[in-house]
Amino acid sequence: MKVLVIEDEEDLRGIVKASLIKEEYTVETASDYGAALEKVSLYDYDCILLDIMLPGGNGLQILDQLKSEGKSDNVIIISAKDSLDDKLKGLELGADDYLTKPFHIAELNARIKAVLRRKQRDGKNTLTMGNVVLDLNERCLFIAQELVPLNRKEFDMLNYFLLNKNRLVSKSALAEHVWGDHTDQADNLDFIYSQIKNLRKKFLASHADVDFEAVYGIGYKLVEK
Amino acid sequence: MRLANQTLKYLSISVLVVIALWSTVFYLFMLEVIHDNIDEELENQKRLIIQELSTHPTVAPDLEFGINNYKVREISEQQALKLRNVYKDTMLYMQDDDDPEPELEPVRMLTTAFEHQGHYYELAIINSMIEESDLIKNLFYSVVILFVLLVVSIVSINKIVIERLWRPLYSFLDQLTRFRLGKTQEKPAMDTKIQEFKDLQLAVTTLIHHNEETYEQQKQFIGNASHELQTPLAIMINKLEMMAESEELKKEQSETIAEVLNTAERLVRLNKSLLLLSKIENKQFLQNEDLSLNALVLNMMVEFEDIADFKQIKMNVVQKDQLHVHMDSALANIVVSNLLRNALFHNREGGEVNIGITDKILTVSNTSAHTALDAGLVFSRFYKSDTASKGTGLGLAIVQAICHLYGFVIIYRYENNQHSFQINMHS
Repeated sequence: MKVLVIEDEEDLRGIVKASLIKEEYTVETASDYGAALEKVSLYDYDCILLDIMLPGGNGLQILDQLKSEGKSDNVIIISAKDSLDDKLKGLELGADDYLTKPFHIAELNARIKAVLRRKQRDGKNTLTMGNVVLDLNERCLFIAQELVPLNRKEFDMLNYFLLNKNRLVSKSALAEHVWGDHTDQADNLDFIYSQIKNLRKKFLASHADVDFEAVYGIGYKLVEK
Repeated sequence: MRLANQTLKYLSISVLVVIALWSTVFYLFMLEVIHDNIDEELENQKRLIIQELSTHPTVAPDLEFGINNYKVREISEQQALKLRNVYKDTMLYMQDDDDPEPELEPVRMLTTAFEHQGHYYELAIINSMIEESDLIKNLFYSVVILFVLLVVSIVSINKIVIERLWRPLYSFLDQLTRFRLGKTQEKPAMDTKIQEFKDLQLAVTTLIHHNEETYEQQKQFIGNASHELQTPLAIMINKLEMMAESEELKKEQSETIAEVLNTAERLVRLNKSLLLLSKIENKQFLQNEDLSLNALVLNMMVEFEDIADFKQIKMNVVQKDQLHVHMDSALANIVVSNLLRNALFHNREGGEVNIGITDKILTVSNTSAHTALDAGLVFSRFYKSDTASKGTGLGLAIVQAICHLYGFVIIYRYENNQHSFQINMHS
């Protein structure tokens, strides 16, 4: 999988690149408008992360170029501006998603996976890890071919962890993704612990060969045992 | 009162005063002219009569006003010398064609004296006069007719003038009412040749232009501030997250990273809240639509279910009626979410959150470990009842800003051992 990161901030570009390499993608980067335009016109990418404010031009113009070539559907806009106008314009130009800075690495991973999965179109829409299979169309979980009932929030949580296999998912990233942007107080994310405990109980009961690994004070990783 | 009616009021009062004054003066002047005329006529008659009488050798006294309209009687020399020409208004019985019997009519009488062959005579000559009451009556009727005519013409002229001349102004006013800064593309304009209207249009256009510039600058500043702060924050958080993934971390190091990460995320929330607050105050959200607050509250309660369960807080909702509101859906969500979050996070274990919805009012009450808060401070920015709280202290300030934007009335009360926030959305 080939991913292009168009971002002018060197530090941010570096971290995103490092994180994507962990996911075993081939990563290329562009730091300004000219370089970005050159790369998108020369090569095809499976996913493009596009910053709107770039030195030398506006990212939306690159999106316009991509749209004229029919290649804008795998673009995720990354912008520091949470501006509705930009968002609407971007989605109108065919961008797949719009992510506002600052974002969590886990959230970026999840969004990229969603774009890539839509591109594959092999009919199968499942996430698998060990003997755990999550069917996204039917919204149900199979562990060792056995159906395990999940409530809506548990499904969303597991989905998020499976999009971030072996990666750290911080409690606030998880809360924002699953419970929406309503978790203002950092000291009140303890409820996530009880949610993880419930899921873990189901894993144990069904002899799943995956488990949550706590990262002190920050969050959890879903790993194979 | 509309301009047309106001103009009419002043014009008719002044016309009434002017006409009343004018008709009094006109009446007096007329009377004067009539008297002068009659007096000249009497003077002339006197001359003719005396000339005529002088041709006779003797003057026979004529003691009644007959067909001659004069009478003569002899007087002594002393009396004659005292007598000058005297004009006076008096009344005499007269009978016109249309009078059934003689009536008293006003006449003008000249009394004078003359000498003929050593004898002195007194001569009185009369001339019929205009009736003052008739004059006044006729004048009064004409004045009333004149006044009515004038008022009618003022009304019709006014109507035409207002419709023709003031039409650009009314259309301009209408455009101004509908004008929204940063939303309406076309500036209010009027097609007019009237200098005052042109000046008004120029003044308004300048004002709008200036406001638009300020609005644009502010918007840009918010965008820039957001960009400048969000990118460093993104770098900070993502670097910490990547670092925390490292396998070689010791427990203490991991905990330190967690603390820094939490602090960075507090900063992110603070920045987001401040941006939101300035966006609300700059009215950058006004995609208003009709919303059902009931549906919104029920959805939001599902979102908070897990948090409430974890803290063993019971959430109750009493829907007395449907509450419909016309506002931006993102802002409506923020209002409900901030109130519910506030009620949950400042609650105690095993407490409750009570939500009430009527056709006008949304009430969110919660039990708490704290007693009454300062109602004057509770909506202030960065006010925290509990300094250990890691909240931004902006949640309720944002709710209040949104309420101000839409003219909702929000109040805080402490009753029945519960903190209660009440928003009247149709006051």
